[in-house]
Amino acid sequence: MSSSTVERQQVLYLWMQGSALDSPVIGWAFHDGTGGARPGVPDVDPPYPTGVAALVDGWMLLQSSQLTPLGAGQEHVNSYLEHEFVFERRILLDR
Amino acid sequence: MAEFVTNGVLRFDEIVPRDINERAVPELERLKNERFAPDGLKPPHTGTPLDDCYPDPSVIGEYLRLPAIRGIIESLVGPDPTFDHDFTHFIDAGATDVQPLHVDAVTDSPDATFDIQLFWFCNDVEPGEGGTRYLPGSHLRRVRSSGLDRYQHITGEQQVACKAGTVFVFHHGLWHAGQPNPGPKHRWMHKVRLNPTRPQVRLWDTSDLDDVQNLPTDHVFARMDHSTIADTLRTFQPWLSVTEYRNEQMQRVALWRYLSGDPKYDVDHYRTRLEQRSALVER
Repeated sequence: MSSSTVERQQVLYLWMQGSALDSPVIGWAFHDGTGGARPGVPDVDPPYPTGVAALVDGWMLLQSSQLTPLGAGQEHVNSYLEHEFVFERRILLDR
Repeated sequence: MAEFVTNGVLRFDEIVPRDINERAVPELERLKNERFAPDGLKPPHTGTPLDDCYPDPSVIGEYLRLPAIRGIIESLVGPDPTFDHDFTHFIDAGATDVQPLHVDAVTDSPDATFDIQLFWFCNDVEPGEGGTRYLPGSHLRRVRSSGLDRYQHITGEQQVACKAGTVFVFHHGLWHAGQPNPGPKHRWMHKVRLNPTRPQVRLWDTSDLDDVQNLPTDHVFARMDHSTIADTLRTFQPWLSVTEYRNEQMQRVALWRYLSGDPKYDVDHYRTRLEQRSALVER
């Protein structure tokens, strides 16, 4: 990064149908730290068919949800989307 | 009813007559503007019997007293529900605000009882022009309202687009959100939440229930009778994992047991298997 550029982050949440990164994407959210100065995600639903497809497009995996043990009495209750993967892309912008 | 249990939403296209729809906006506008003002049109008090809400002359009252609407209400929350609250949901033409996905009120009790919310769209809503976004099949999940904020898009979600006079009926737990209205017309919607005052057991027309209520032995990996409601309760929403799908079926079965008054009801043996085995330990 030179003194004439600044680094900004784009963040992509993908929720998968299963616990694996190559499972089908069933939910997504995009946040753009460039303020729209750079392209975001492909304009299709979903933007990537799997998490691996996002990797191929240059996204870096930041975090994936852990597989947590089930609490007693909660074994058959659904709650939030379970398999969350967070990606980032770092973008250099001219100052 | 099985569709309501499965998806948490029912849709009734153009069920409110044109004459009522055409007179709706002035009253909705008054309710919107005067609700919190010192004087003017006020909503009923929470807990008011529905029969006493919006007495004549009132367009909202006319709509709520339509026999078809009362039939829907009675089927789900009985003949004597009480008013919880209502609201006039107005989205300006050209509005760009996106409401986060949410469930209303607080995280609900884990029992099978439920409220309903009626969404009355008194004008045409064109695709993408401010119709409510909702996620079929999300109503039985245990979540906190604000926890859903981060879900910008979920496969299988839908957005209301309909003709004037269409009413959507939501289970109180259904995930939903207001949407931008890039169109040239204001979007008006009246939402009312109703509470049951009696057990919601066999309140709808159950004259065919004995014919369509499957036996608890109906099992996807053994024998299935496709003419029963088990087929509806097995509906797979595209955003579910296999585990979530099976959990969801168990939750739907719990709700159907309550509604049908049949504590042995089951689909695919999930609950029966566990109940039979745990009875062995307790003996």
